[in-house]
Amino acid sequence: MKLTRRNALALGGAAIAITLVPVNAAFAATDATLADIAAFTGGAEVGEGGIELTTPEIAENGNTVPIEFSAPGARRVIILADGNPNPGVATFNFSEMAVSEGTTRIRLAGTQDVVAVAEMADGTYTQVANSVKVTIGGCGG
Amino acid sequence: MAKARVKVPKSATAGEVVTIKALIDHKMDSGQAKDKAGNLIPRKIINAFSATFDGVEVMNVILEPAVSTNPYFKFSFKVPATGDLVFKWVDDDGTVTEAKKTITVK
Repeated sequence: MKLTRRNALALGGAAIAITLVPVNAAFAATDATLADIAAFTGGAEVGEGGIELTTPEIAENGNTVPIEFSAPGARRVIILADGNPNPGVATFNFSEMAVSEGTTRIRLAGTQDVVAVAEMADGTYTQVANSVKVTIGGCGG
Repeated sequence: MAKARVKVPKSATAGEVVTIKALIDHKMDSGQAKDKAGNLIPRKIINAFSATFDGVEVMNVILEPAVSTNPYFKFSFKVPATGDLVFKWVDDDGTVTEAKKTITVK
């Protein structure tokens, strides 16, 4: 292919599209986090939407960071801290009596993404990730 | 003995969604922290929490060391009828702490 002006523009456009997609589709999760998500979903595809995660933008003390999630209709929700030595935080199982939401306090080793993955009633999975800036880490090192 | 505190409304209307708060005093040693001599403090956490209404489980949580000291949970559920909510926390050493609250449907 000869590099004409038209081809160059097309290539440039494609390159921009490629760099934009990952930003929208996923966060940069570590292998340990991805493994935990895969263990939770059984390797099923994870979509987006239907789950809300509320975290502070800046947490002064990583030892106790309040988090809150709401995933209407979800049967199970797993919370993962992407930047901790072990990403697992907690797994919530809800019966039909329960409203699929919860609030708790978690430890974060440093600035990182907090991820929530939900298994919905129809067996599909959905996830959300929030970035939390941590001033003092919470692993007592 | 770990001290548990729960907040449950005393009464509700049938089908009402009520908010439950549950907290237990526990150090939640993560197994990552070191003592003053530089030795790792072994992991000792509450590893499971559950809420049961008249024998039927409402929700449960599996906890990892990344849950903060004095684990706190807030959740909601639909009250079907008058009954007892039983909360249960399980320690790594096998100790089980329970708390019971009655909700009366008017």
